[in-house]
Amino acid sequence: MHARVLVRPKAGILDPQGAAAERALAALGFAGVGDVRIGRLIELEVTDPATLPQMCERLLANPLIEEYEILDG
Amino acid sequence: MKFGVVVFPGSCDDVDAQLACARVADVVPLWHADHDLQGVDAVIIPGGFSYGDYLRAGAIARFAPIMTEVIDFARAGGHVMGICNGFQVCCEAGLLPGALLTNTSLRFVCRQVSLELVNPDTPFTRSLAPGARLSIPVKHTTGRYYAPAADLDRLEAQGQVVLRYAPADNPNGSLRDIAGVMSEQGNVFGLMPHPEHAVDPLTGSSDGLGLFASLRDALSGSLV
Repeated sequence: MHARVLVRPKAGILDPQGAAAERALAALGFAGVGDVRIGRLIELEVTDPATLPQMCERLLANPLIEEYEILDG
Repeated sequence: MKFGVVVFPGSCDDVDAQLACARVADVVPLWHADHDLQGVDAVIIPGGFSYGDYLRAGAIARFAPIMTEVIDFARAGGHVMGICNGFQVCCEAGLLPGALLTNTSLRFVCRQVSLELVNPDTPFTRSLAPGARLSIPVKHTTGRYYAPAADLDRLEAQGQVVLRYAPADNPNGSLRDIAGVMSEQGNVFGLMPHPEHAVDPLTGSSDGLGLFASLRDALSGSLV
C-alpha cells in the first residue's frame, strides 16, 4: 500500500530553514506569517504498514531531533 | 600500534586522516563493505559525505557493514574518533550523545577556528597542554551540535565536553559552543573540526597532530 510519513523538527529546535522562508515571505509582502517550520514528506510503498513505526524510529527520523507522523499506512 | 580509517563511498578526508595517523602509528583503510577491523587498536571515522549524506548526514552510513564491527568494538571499550561526518555517523549510531543540525547560517563554512581544550584528561587530548588553544579548520554545513538542555548539563558535569569553539568563534550555532564530545566511558570522541588537516605547519597549523599523538600515547600506556 501507499504510505506517507511526515518528519519535522521537534518543537523548540531552531529551524533556520523555516526562519529563512519566513523572512522571504515577509519580504514578499505577506503579513502575519510566523513560526514557519520545514520538514519532509516521505512517500513509500509498503506491504506491511505495521512496520512503519519501526522504520521511522530506526532510519526515517532521528527521534532526538525530529518527530514523525504516519499520515496513512 | 595500528590505526584504521573507515572508507565509505562519499568519504573525502580518509586519505588525509590516514596521512595524519601515519605520523604517529601504522594505519590501514577499513572498507565500508567489509566486516573486518583487521586487528586495529583504534578506529577513525573520517569526514566527507558518506552515502551522499542522503536523508540525514550519517543516517545511512551508520548501517554500513563495517559499522557492525565498529559499534561492537566501541561497546567493548575500543577507541573511536569520529571527525566531522564521522562525528555525525557516531551520533546517528548512538555511540555519542546528541545530533548535528544544519548550521544556523544555512551556509557551508570553511575556515580556521580557535578551539578551547575543555578536558585535557581524555585518551584523545592527554598529550595536549591543559588550557591549550588549538587552531584547526572546520568545513561543514551540518555542524550545529544539539542535545536537550538536561543532557548538555550532564555532559558538562561529567567532563564529556572535550572541545569548545573559542568565544565569538562558533561557526555553526552549536549549543554551548560545543565542538567535540566524548562518550560517557570516554572511549568514543567526535568533533566537527578537522585535526587531520592541521598536522603540518605547511597548511597553517599542526595543532591537530596532538589529538592523534594523544590516542597513540593513551593506547601505548594501556598496552604496557
